[in-house]
Amino acid sequence: MSGFMAIFRKELADHFSSKRFIILFLLVYLAGVATIYVAAQTIRSGITETTQFIFLRLFIVSGENLPFSFPLFLSLFIPIVGIALGFDAINSERNSGNLSRLLSQPLFRDSVINAKFLAGLVTLAILIISIVALVSGMGLRMIGVPPNAEEILRLFAFIFVSIVYGAFWMSLAVLFSVFFNRTANSALASIALWIFLFLFLATIARVMADSMVPVDQSSTLEILTRNDGIYRAISRISPSTLYGEAVQVLLMPELGTPSSTLMMISIFAAGMIPGPLPLSQSLLIVWPQMTGLIALTALCFAVSYLRFMREEIRST
Amino acid sequence: MDQQKVIETKDLTKRYRNFAAVDKLNLCIGEGEVFGFLGPNGAGKTTTILMLLGLTEPTSGTARVYGHDPAREPLKVKRIVGYLPEKVGFYEDLTASENLEYTASLNGIPWSEVPNKIEEALRSVGLHDVGRKRVGEFSHGMKQRLGIADVMIKDPKVAFLDEPTSGIDPEGTEHILALIKGMARNKVTVVLSSHQLHQVQKVCTQVGIMTKGRLVAQGPVDRLGREALRGGKYRIEVQVSRVAPALVDALKRVPGVIDVESSGDLLLIGCNEDLRPKIARTIVDSDCLLVQMKIEEYGLEEIYMKYFRES
Repeated sequence: MSGFMAIFRKELADHFSSKRFIILFLLVYLAGVATIYVAAQTIRSGITETTQFIFLRLFIVSGENLPFSFPLFLSLFIPIVGIALGFDAINSERNSGNLSRLLSQPLFRDSVINAKFLAGLVTLAILIISIVALVSGMGLRMIGVPPNAEEILRLFAFIFVSIVYGAFWMSLAVLFSVFFNRTANSALASIALWIFLFLFLATIARVMADSMVPVDQSSTLEILTRNDGIYRAISRISPSTLYGEAVQVLLMPELGTPSSTLMMISIFAAGMIPGPLPLSQSLLIVWPQMTGLIALTALCFAVSYLRFMREEIRST
Repeated sequence: MDQQKVIETKDLTKRYRNFAAVDKLNLCIGEGEVFGFLGPNGAGKTTTILMLLGLTEPTSGTARVYGHDPAREPLKVKRIVGYLPEKVGFYEDLTASENLEYTASLNGIPWSEVPNKIEEALRSVGLHDVGRKRVGEFSHGMKQRLGIADVMIKDPKVAFLDEPTSGIDPEGTEHILALIKGMARNKVTVVLSSHQLHQVQKVCTQVGIMTKGRLVAQGPVDRLGREALRGGKYRIEVQVSRVAPALVDALKRVPGVIDVESSGDLLLIGCNEDLRPKIARTIVDSDCLLVQMKIEEYGLEEIYMKYFRES
């Protein structure tokens, strides 16, 4: 166990002292503060007497100057942080000649990858908890409305989902770092996959849904729903979609199920503004998304673990 | 052998797909020896070391380090061995002391002893005044010496040093060889691999010569030298106008000549001392004309080359 703790301590110290993470932390803090600042300024416009979760609105509204809500910006930055934490975990050790020296010390080989993963996870958790705490505190001062108990619990759930989302990207990057020998390749592969899942998958899903169930202005609600169902099914391949849906349900209790803007418009247009769901129901709804994210993370980690354990240390 | 056997291998074999990196290696190294693994690049020296460390699994055969099987009890082996890889690397952002501290913590050395041990190890390799410098600023030779400090900090019973002197200037090499001798004085069994033969010869009590995965010779340096020199220490090449059988016979009768080979108008004469004057006389006494004569002395390099060529 001494080996595991030693590696864990060193990795954690590395993360917090490296320039890479100081830059990332600053970037994330700055962007987070900016979104909440804009949100706090525009929050008044959307609030009516019946609005129940005022504090949570802080996290979902966006201003005209900065069309990013806090979760949207997090869903953009968390993958970058996760990839930065993992992309060179194993191959940089190998390239620098540290790996064979490290593995000749009396420790189990899996301690190396376990400790690295755990250290990344802890770093990620500290980053996300601190940014949410920071913007909550700032929002509290700016709008002066304290969160109620349920809002706090929902924020905790939001933090948890965000950490799992980051863990997925980190384990994906670790996976690439085990398979690719060069750090540049593993970084590029992770970023390419991220861009594909984040930007292009939605477009592909839209095209496929429209070709399978074409919609036009005269389409019935049933056809619209079917079209939307296909679109969601395809875009759920992307962990970003899973995260987005989970966050939507957790931070917008008024929303029954995760649904696209299109569906929301039609629901609101039909005058079916639903009452807010209790927290337990929201959690039940996001359960598939959460387990999906956790399973993907575990899968990536398991594959990289197996590959790392079976890897031969060769002389060249 | 009255010494305890520290390392013993039986038919140790490692195959990569269709090529045998190490082929039925039988090795026996006693306590306190400095064993030099010699051989050209790709002879299987590093693969053997990796198998003895438990970093690579043998395809067949067994290895024992102090009675432990590295493939089955890797932790027991790794606790008592130190390893300096060929391309040793350190965390470049950390200082030399911090790198050693990390190794110490991985080995579970109590915190109270760590600063003293680091100080001691750095001092013995001559890096104590740069202990607080980042390793990124170190030269190759300094990194190599830090690597030896890294091995020494865990007080190993066996040290595997893979090419410890490759790419290092003569002065640095001397320093490293002195460190290896120092380790041997402290009863550490040292296994070092190298292709720089004359350096190894200065520190090793035993050498093993490996080519293409096989151990072609093992023993003390001087004995191997004698065996290799059966054909004589000197080789005299003589060009004559025409080679007559009578001349060859006459040359063979010259005292000190070990053997005579002829090819074309060349005669190759092996002997243990410089017999040029006598040979010249013998040739002149016969009916042949002496065209030219050259002498070559066999050095260690040639001895090893002879082994490498034979396999």
